[in-house]
Amino acid sequence: MWDTIVKSTPEIVGAGIKYSIPLALISFVIAMVIAVATALVRTTEPKGSGITKFLFKLLKWIISFYIWLFRSTPLLVQLFIVFFGLPSIGVELDAFTAGIITFSLNTGAYCSESVRGAIISIPKSQWEAAYAIGMSYSQVLFRIIFPQAMRVAIPPVSNSFIGLVKDTSLASSITILEMFTVSQQIAAKNYEPMLMYCMVAVYYAVFCSILSIGQYYLERYTSRYIVTGG
Amino acid sequence: MLKLEHVDKEYADHHALNDINLEFQEHETTVLLGPSGAGKSTLLRSLNLLEEPERGIYQISDHTIDFSKDISNKEKLQIRQLTGMVFQSWNLFPHLTILQNITEGPIHVLKQSKADAETNAERLLKLVGLEDTKNRFPNQLSGGQQQRISICRALAMNPEYILFDEPTSALDPELEAQVLRVLLELAEEKQSMIVVTHNLEFARRVANKIVFLENGKIEFEGTADEFFNHPTDRIKAFLTGMTF
Repeated sequence: MWDTIVKSTPEIVGAGIKYSIPLALISFVIAMVIAVATALVRTTEPKGSGITKFLFKLLKWIISFYIWLFRSTPLLVQLFIVFFGLPSIGVELDAFTAGIITFSLNTGAYCSESVRGAIISIPKSQWEAAYAIGMSYSQVLFRIIFPQAMRVAIPPVSNSFIGLVKDTSLASSITILEMFTVSQQIAAKNYEPMLMYCMVAVYYAVFCSILSIGQYYLERYTSRYIVTGG
Repeated sequence: MLKLEHVDKEYADHHALNDINLEFQEHETTVLLGPSGAGKSTLLRSLNLLEEPERGIYQISDHTIDFSKDISNKEKLQIRQLTGMVFQSWNLFPHLTILQNITEGPIHVLKQSKADAETNAERLLKLVGLEDTKNRFPNQLSGGQQQRISICRALAMNPEYILFDEPTSALDPELEAQVLRVLLELAEEKQSMIVVTHNLEFARRVANKIVFLENGKIEFEGTADEFFNHPTDRIKAFLTGMTF
């Protein structure tokens, strides 16, 4: 058994380093950009009048639709639509790109809600106090609101990130040679499915555990001002 | 000088400010009094543009604003720098240390150097007797201490006027006294202040001018002596209601 484990480890871990981890990391970064941008639009009240207000409302509506769509349909179905479906209307993507796009949009939709919740959890009085000393909107956002909102957003966003890492295994269905695909291939050759799938489960668990530890330290850092007494 | 002409602010169900005409002199303390819901806080918040009335003219320094027109962001920021605000529940930034709370505006809005801003912040902390707290976070301090820090935060921006929105309403009497002593000192130093308060003793001792508001209208404008010693019937009713 040890022999099988030692022999297959480089291949499985190699697939993780080459595909699973990049898929998860790149998708998460893009998802966070989507999440913050959409959450900001959704927490902002349109100002001005006429066409600007209308366009802003339209944008809000489009974002709500996007979030609804990606949260209400299975990720596997989304992957199939992007990779196998889109070519029929002339959009051909390689598997890795299709994976990045789908994972980013899916995780972005979930994280958008987490970030929105974190932003609206910061009392309005914090915005007012910052405006009162003459700060601009972007200064208030980046210097006052985000640092506080981050603390609130870390637990749900970490959940989404860990979920994403495990969901990259679904990429096996669109021909990406990530960890799970490779473990399947090896199992087909050595007839040790139990061992191979348990092994790959352990590798996912190791990666997710590293993220959980990261979450712990990030939470501790962003909560450093929550102290009592003294 | 700060001046309001024909200022009106309406909410869906009531007229919060009704044709307000007022001048606030420099180097004086003006106290706004009146029953709850009279429009005192709305008036004060309008001066810092946290509220925007629908109509009227607002003049401060060399700025003139017509509330019936859009106010540019640039002008808003400039006016906010001229009018410091101290809130009822102080609203310090919890994620920043006391020193950072005070230097945040000077460094990032006024573009002062960090060293200058910190030197000034330390001077202000000394003024309110809290120089030992500079490396702590706000929630390690009492309400009275936090309110004194928030006064420092406003002072650090070197505004022309400081607006106080019921600065002691959320404090126990002992902590209230600590804060009022700071206000008293500022008044003696001729800092221009506009104070919304329910503390009549403070109004009596410190106000150069008292403005009494009721239902969004100015019912009285005059000295503390006139207000307390020659009150109109409405003021009498208000003063009676404040004692038990």
